[in-house]
Amino acid sequence: MRPLFPLLVALLLSACSTAALRGTGDLGIVIERGSGSVAVIDTTARSVLGRVEGLGDLSHASAVYSRDGRYAYVFGRDGGLTKVDLLERRIVRRIMQAGNSIGGSISQDGRLVIAQNYEPGGIKVFDADTLDLLADLPAAYGDGKQFSKVVGLADMPGNKFVYALFDAGEIWIVDLTKPREPEVTKFRDIGRQPYDGLITPDGRHYLAGLFGEDGVALLDLWRPELGVKKILTDYGKGTEKLPVFKMPHLRGWSVAGGRAYLPAIGRHEVLVVDTATWQEVGRIPVKGQPVFVMARPDGRQVWVNFAFPDYSQVQIIDTLTQQVVHTLAPGKAVLHMEFTPRGEQVWISARDDDRVVVFDTTSFARLTELPALNPSGIFFTSRAARIGF
Amino acid sequence: MAHRTRRTRGVRILIALLLVPALACGIDLSAERTHELVRMVRQDCGACHGFTLKGGLGPPLLPESLRDKSVQFLRYTVLFGRPGTPMPPWNAFLTEAEADWIVRQLMTGFPEESR
Repeated sequence: MRPLFPLLVALLLSACSTAALRGTGDLGIVIERGSGSVAVIDTTARSVLGRVEGLGDLSHASAVYSRDGRYAYVFGRDGGLTKVDLLERRIVRRIMQAGNSIGGSISQDGRLVIAQNYEPGGIKVFDADTLDLLADLPAAYGDGKQFSKVVGLADMPGNKFVYALFDAGEIWIVDLTKPREPEVTKFRDIGRQPYDGLITPDGRHYLAGLFGEDGVALLDLWRPELGVKKILTDYGKGTEKLPVFKMPHLRGWSVAGGRAYLPAIGRHEVLVVDTATWQEVGRIPVKGQPVFVMARPDGRQVWVNFAFPDYSQVQIIDTLTQQVVHTLAPGKAVLHMEFTPRGEQVWISARDDDRVVVFDTTSFARLTELPALNPSGIFFTSRAARIGF
Repeated sequence: MAHRTRRTRGVRILIALLLVPALACGIDLSAERTHELVRMVRQDCGACHGFTLKGGLGPPLLPESLRDKSVQFLRYTVLFGRPGTPMPPWNAFLTEAEADWIVRQLMTGFPEESR
């Protein structure tokens, strides 16, 4: 017994004096828009490691990650761009880069962080290390004196980015091989009011959802010379549109098993498109206006949440049967869902119940719930390794 | 032409509003309901107009940005939406009096959510 005692003391002391080493692969953040903070979470322990405060107005905030998964770049509505160190749980740098911002992206090589802005309409390019401004690209259209809101920004292979101009009805590709000398390719008349965009997980196709008309604008990024095609052009034909109380979000989540699952606008349906032919192959009736339609990483399920007033439920589509197989009620005002890297858990934010609920995606069992202040977006570090975020 | 349409619609709105008997003045909303409305505007309208109402996909809803708009026009917009834009009609969830209350609060500086 006695020889063990000094050893124990030594062990205890060493535990006190140095922080344990850890990786970041199972970490993430939850945006707490009620308090302008982010909660740093651990998906293995299913716990909150701590909070980072002082991030400003976080309504519609989103985040991207450095390649090593250590730093989150958080884009706030107020134009704030904050670099957060997940391990030390502190702000590394914070700048105000615009008057009104809705998100951003990070380049393939991790060196450029791009903000997409409503006001002033355009994108800005920053050095990922220092957040120094490298380029400013106003989204000028028409007579060149108007600037469009930018939506649906996604990174492409080759340090290029693709995005849509809500007011102008255009898609732009910017090549940032030389960040201070951006080269822009414009696609005009792509359809009315593109509201968001997604790039397929292989980085090949860009889809911009249209609000002002039925359909989705499709661009083959391997063959941009073919121009933008419209798909799903008549899904709403002959029927009165239902009101849309919240815009759907596309981004890069909804491709599974050779099919893309997309929210219909003004219909309580998920549209299914074959990604080989880009023809509609099905429609799946769901509870309300879909907001996020997200494929589990293995593609076996697609999870859907909804706009007000149906936003307290989540439905799960089985991708073999193309039917809703389960409906969950995680809490009031579900804003976002995020899968763990290999998809065994999903984390769901219930804004008005001030909690994040964690579910097992096989049994749908509620594994745990964590308190959070008006939680909205949930972003895991596994995004660092995916195209299109 | 666009002007004419807007004006005709304005007249229609005005007539519609004159015909509505239960108009806002003097109607007191319960404290509980006003609490709900504040949350709804900050959070759900905030999805497009921003949590601080400084705008987003939808325009800003701050007093200075609404100064040149009439209460009637704004109330109509809240209740029936604006065709051709993403603004949806909220009349399934709000009474005229509640829409009126929201508009008046927006025009004078919308209350913060109390927790």
